[in-house]
Amino acid sequence: MHSIQQPWPWYVAGPLIGLMVPLLLFMGNKTFGVSSSLRHLCAACFPFDISFFKYQWKKEIWNLVFVAGIVLGAWLSYQFLSDQQPVQVNSKLANELSGYRISDYSHLAPAEIFNWNNLLTVKGLLFMVAGGFLVGFGTRYAGGCTSGHSIAGLSNLQWPSLVATICFMAGGFIMANFILPYLLKL
Amino acid sequence: MSTELKETNTDFEVRSLDAVCINESELRHSWWYNLKYLIAGVLFGIILVKSEVISWFRIQEMFRLQSFHMYGVIGSAVAVGIISVWLIKRYNAKTIHGEKITLHPKPFSQGQIYGGLLFGFGWAITGACPGPLFALIGNGTLVIIVTLLSAVAGTWVYGRLREKLPH
Repeated sequence: MHSIQQPWPWYVAGPLIGLMVPLLLFMGNKTFGVSSSLRHLCAACFPFDISFFKYQWKKEIWNLVFVAGIVLGAWLSYQFLSDQQPVQVNSKLANELSGYRISDYSHLAPAEIFNWNNLLTVKGLLFMVAGGFLVGFGTRYAGGCTSGHSIAGLSNLQWPSLVATICFMAGGFIMANFILPYLLKL
Repeated sequence: MSTELKETNTDFEVRSLDAVCINESELRHSWWYNLKYLIAGVLFGIILVKSEVISWFRIQEMFRLQSFHMYGVIGSAVAVGIISVWLIKRYNAKTIHGEKITLHPKPFSQGQIYGGLLFGFGWAITGACPGPLFALIGNGTLVIIVTLLSAVAGTWVYGRLREKLPH
């Protein structure tokens, strides 16, 4: 039980994530992917006569059930499988972040940025609202996210998924190293 | 497939370009058959939390080349996925309901470049891709509900502007 409660090493977690691909295929010919659920939510709630959202979203309801499962699984981990220890990070990162007055490692996301009181500040809007918008817009424009392209697409040796994955990483590198330091100073 | 579905489902082109789930199962099941995907989601949610890949800190380490963790997770996941898909194709595997498993190609579009970069920006800012957004909410960071709604809004705006964007 103790080793389950500790953070899992990459060589345990990675292969388990990889097994999601055959698991969903065997369950019902479903391709592993999460970002489509955002499109299905649009199609279900506000299609507004936009052709991109006019399709039989009810046929894709498995995907919405799947993401509901992610929320439930994360809650179960938090309640029963967690040792409630702070996140251990590289000391270089900790040094850098302390310069931005970030020192709370008790949650998986830094509580100094991701909290309700911050939501309507410039920094909060950038990190929580603009960041989320880019995730939703970018993944749909790219036709998939880390799971749909980087895991499922690459598993099926799709070169467009490799292009997408390289661009995900390139965008992340540019943002984290060259732009984010300015945003963190706000 | 019923005629009603044929009439209303007009965007197979769009779906094959954009949705990850385009396999058309001809089988019709009761609603509770979908519960197995809830179980799959629960497993995935537990893995996402316990591996800390949903952590903003881990994402920052990855993009600063300060930790091997994320590369190890994604790399070994892809390796297992490639072997699994190869075996499925090699043995013409069937689903638990007896249908032949089919995989569809991901056609190239310029969106993978432009959208990919934009998503990369968002990934580094929020420290989360779509799966982790759901997992962070379940893990108790409730303010991420706002980020998720914003991601839904981003998806909607993409759908609205789709015809005007280069693909």
